[in-house]
Amino acid sequence: MQPSSKPTVVIGAGPAGLCAAIELKKAGAPVILMDENAKPGGQLFKQIHKFFGSKEHKAGVRGFDIGNELLAESLQLGIDVRLNTEVVGFGKDHKVWAVENRSRSYIVDADRIIIAAGATENSLSFEGWTLPGVMTAGCAQTLINVHRVLPGKSVLMVGSGNVGVIVAYQLMQAGADVAAIIEAAPNLGGYGVHTAKIRRAGVPFFTSTTIIKAEGKESVERAVIANIDSRFVPIADTEKVLEVDTICIAVGLTPSIELASLAGCKMMYVSELGGNMPIHNEYMQTTDGSIYVAGDIAGIEEASTAMEEGRLAGIHAAWSMGYMSAKEMQSKTEQTRERLGALRQGIYGFKRYTAKERVVQRGMTK
Amino acid sequence: MNDRISLKINGAPSLEELQKAGMLPTIEELEKKACVCIECIEEIPCNPCETSCPQNAITIGYPITNLPVIDREKCTACGLCIPACPGLAITIKSIQGDRARIRFPWEYLPMPVRGDKVKMVDRMGQVLCDGIIIAAQTAVRNNKTVVLTAEFPRQFIEEIISIRR
Repeated sequence: MQPSSKPTVVIGAGPAGLCAAIELKKAGAPVILMDENAKPGGQLFKQIHKFFGSKEHKAGVRGFDIGNELLAESLQLGIDVRLNTEVVGFGKDHKVWAVENRSRSYIVDADRIIIAAGATENSLSFEGWTLPGVMTAGCAQTLINVHRVLPGKSVLMVGSGNVGVIVAYQLMQAGADVAAIIEAAPNLGGYGVHTAKIRRAGVPFFTSTTIIKAEGKESVERAVIANIDSRFVPIADTEKVLEVDTICIAVGLTPSIELASLAGCKMMYVSELGGNMPIHNEYMQTTDGSIYVAGDIAGIEEASTAMEEGRLAGIHAAWSMGYMSAKEMQSKTEQTRERLGALRQGIYGFKRYTAKERVVQRGMTK
Repeated sequence: MNDRISLKINGAPSLEELQKAGMLPTIEELEKKACVCIECIEEIPCNPCETSCPQNAITIGYPITNLPVIDREKCTACGLCIPACPGLAITIKSIQGDRARIRFPWEYLPMPVRGDKVKMVDRMGQVLCDGIIIAAQTAVRNNKTVVLTAEFPRQFIEEIISIRR
């Protein structure tokens, strides 16, 4: 088979998109990597903590260093990275409609498309939620770790999943105090090692607790929290007032499926993975065989799983266009799946593993 | 989950929860030599403690969600595992007479220096006693995690985990 000369367009230059583009380029396939942001790396450059996993997953390496390594590799390979470039739609036969710098619009005739658009943080509405000082945890993390701006001095974190506890820790590293972390569920959500390092810094956790309102004249001056019952209804007379100037919301993420939806990929709802997401098979191929998904768009997980999913998509796409032998594709896929499998074990990973299996089952029998 | 009630409600494991997991040394062991303490009682996919140890004294094995198992005979208390742990869950403790020492990871500013008088805290963040910093190690291989050594009265050895931020 004569390999196609049309490029693969990878949308999103986060950990998944970068790894997909790297695998394609290594196989000799033409690839264009597009990202709407001014810098590649997705959320990696906000991750100042050391990653978990094993050596193969870059455990112990801080997120921004992993970002720098991936960027260096993509530069060395000479990948065509187009920044400030939004993909806004698709034409027939996988024509990708891109807008550069919000001024120049053009079409790329793509052979394969890999959508690695990531996810969006969930919001939470309560009285006073529009006051300045209420923000998502990811927003606070961007402010401190990218822009070096401390959003406030005293923070209430709403949500005890890994995002909530990691950002709470980083806010303390940046010089803020964390007044409390509250969690609606009866048990804390994040890794115990993360909650433990926050607790030893004197930060209290309140489970079965929600935020009732934010108060303040011009911006947040205090937060009112209360216990909730097993149906998540606030219990009377359990209200507590916390003097805080910042309220961070860390109540989960939702896959950013807009582009996959526009492209006609079939969706399914998987609550454990963040909601609606494109159905895909074990090679990350959607119901449109020429379109792949990888990373948080294919179910909310972590940067380390996103990188492996990106590799799976890139490897399979390269093979499907004739840039890789079946044998090589299978062996690389097997190695990647082994690393991915290692990350989906244990008390946290197993839930995601079984949910992913459900998606892949649908993807194989579509 | 019943074994981890304190961890999943208070955020920090209780001494009982840790002892059940079997990664803490006994007082007798602490009197004999410096001992590594690993406060990692959930099955998460992570093994840098194992790969960082030059003595092969920590075993995770396969799958990497196994909890670490310490071979106290092999451990030389070199401390390389302290900054290697992404969860900041490893310390090294010892007892000398009526004083105790803890070597622990630290990632906050301002950075304490040798001779600083500090407040020692337990897992819940409560100040239990005064302490003094006797070493601050900032080797490049630590990848920006400083390893501090603090000395404090021996009676608090089991509860102390860090210093007040």
